[in-house]
Amino acid sequence: MHRTGELYGHFETLEQQKESAALGMWIFLVTEVLFFGGLFLTYTINRHAFSAAFGAGSNTLDLTLGGFNTVVLIMSSLTMAMAVWSAQVGKKQLVSIFLIATVVLGTIFLGVKVIEYKQKFDHHLIPGAGFDIRYHAEHPTVADNAGKIAEEKEELEKAFAKDPDLNAHAQLYFSLYFGMTGLHALHMIVGAGLLVWLIKGSFAGRYTPQYNTPVEIVGLYWHFVDIVWIYLFPLLYLIDRHH
Amino acid sequence: MSEHIVSPKIYVAIFLTLMAGTAITVWAAYQNFGAFNIVIALGIATFKATLVVLYFMHARYSPRRTQLVIVCSVFWLAIMLALTLADYQTREHTVSRLAPPVIFNLVRT
Repeated sequence: MHRTGELYGHFETLEQQKESAALGMWIFLVTEVLFFGGLFLTYTINRHAFSAAFGAGSNTLDLTLGGFNTVVLIMSSLTMAMAVWSAQVGKKQLVSIFLIATVVLGTIFLGVKVIEYKQKFDHHLIPGAGFDIRYHAEHPTVADNAGKIAEEKEELEKAFAKDPDLNAHAQLYFSLYFGMTGLHALHMIVGAGLLVWLIKGSFAGRYTPQYNTPVEIVGLYWHFVDIVWIYLFPLLYLIDRHH
Repeated sequence: MSEHIVSPKIYVAIFLTLMAGTAITVWAAYQNFGAFNIVIALGIATFKATLVVLYFMHARYSPRRTQLVIVCSVFWLAIMLALTLADYQTREHTVSRLAPPVIFNLVRT
């Protein structure tokens, strides 16, 4: 693709050239769908087999942080879509503003993820020798609400009654939790890198109504990453909230 | 060029619908619908994903060729999910009856 958006010799029209670029991105996204699909499949089979452990693991996640991140990510999709629109109608300054907003929201998402991961480390919820799903209930800090800790203990007892190997099976849940959210976060980091590259181009005024393909196809990627999270949020955070 | 420009109004409307969908998902997760909790959660997620694909990703205004690629990806995903799950549901020795992998037995009990 010419950086200025001139027509390459092997295309008939600019429109065909642009559609081909978008189609190429879509074909890449198909491979991504199947890649994440395999993980969702693994999740489904294990959740079905070890439902008590998956429910107990899911309830250790912080719904406030997860919900906040969902809102942040959907907002970033809106700002990304608005960046594409700004380029299409030739508002060059708005392109930069919306792209910067998108990368800022993406960074907030990753920052919250860091807080969540840190919490899991502190609560001994990393799969491995030190894993113990009861650790937090048995070692509450001053910041914890005593009533909530008692409730957590009671729920864990019930879960252990259903599945004596809860600690082993909950590690399957957390392996999938870290694997899936980790890969999602890696995609976000790649997306943030692409956005920084776009922002550089937008400062140079490169994206115009005639040529905005890079904004459009990075947008496709960014929205795809949003879709993955749309599924991850209910599947990881909301398994067993209703008891 | 005859590309279709989606207006900011539509983008904002889609955004608000996605927000409402998220709120309903969280609300529904706290209700006890039995086996339907997961059906509702996945139903709303799929509705949200469809909106993102159709409007944010412009699939509704894309050429038929691109739309075909998108439908194919869902189709192949469905094959992978359906056939693998059918296998797990119908074989005798499936994961639910196996001991956990040895690596997870390092745990303190």
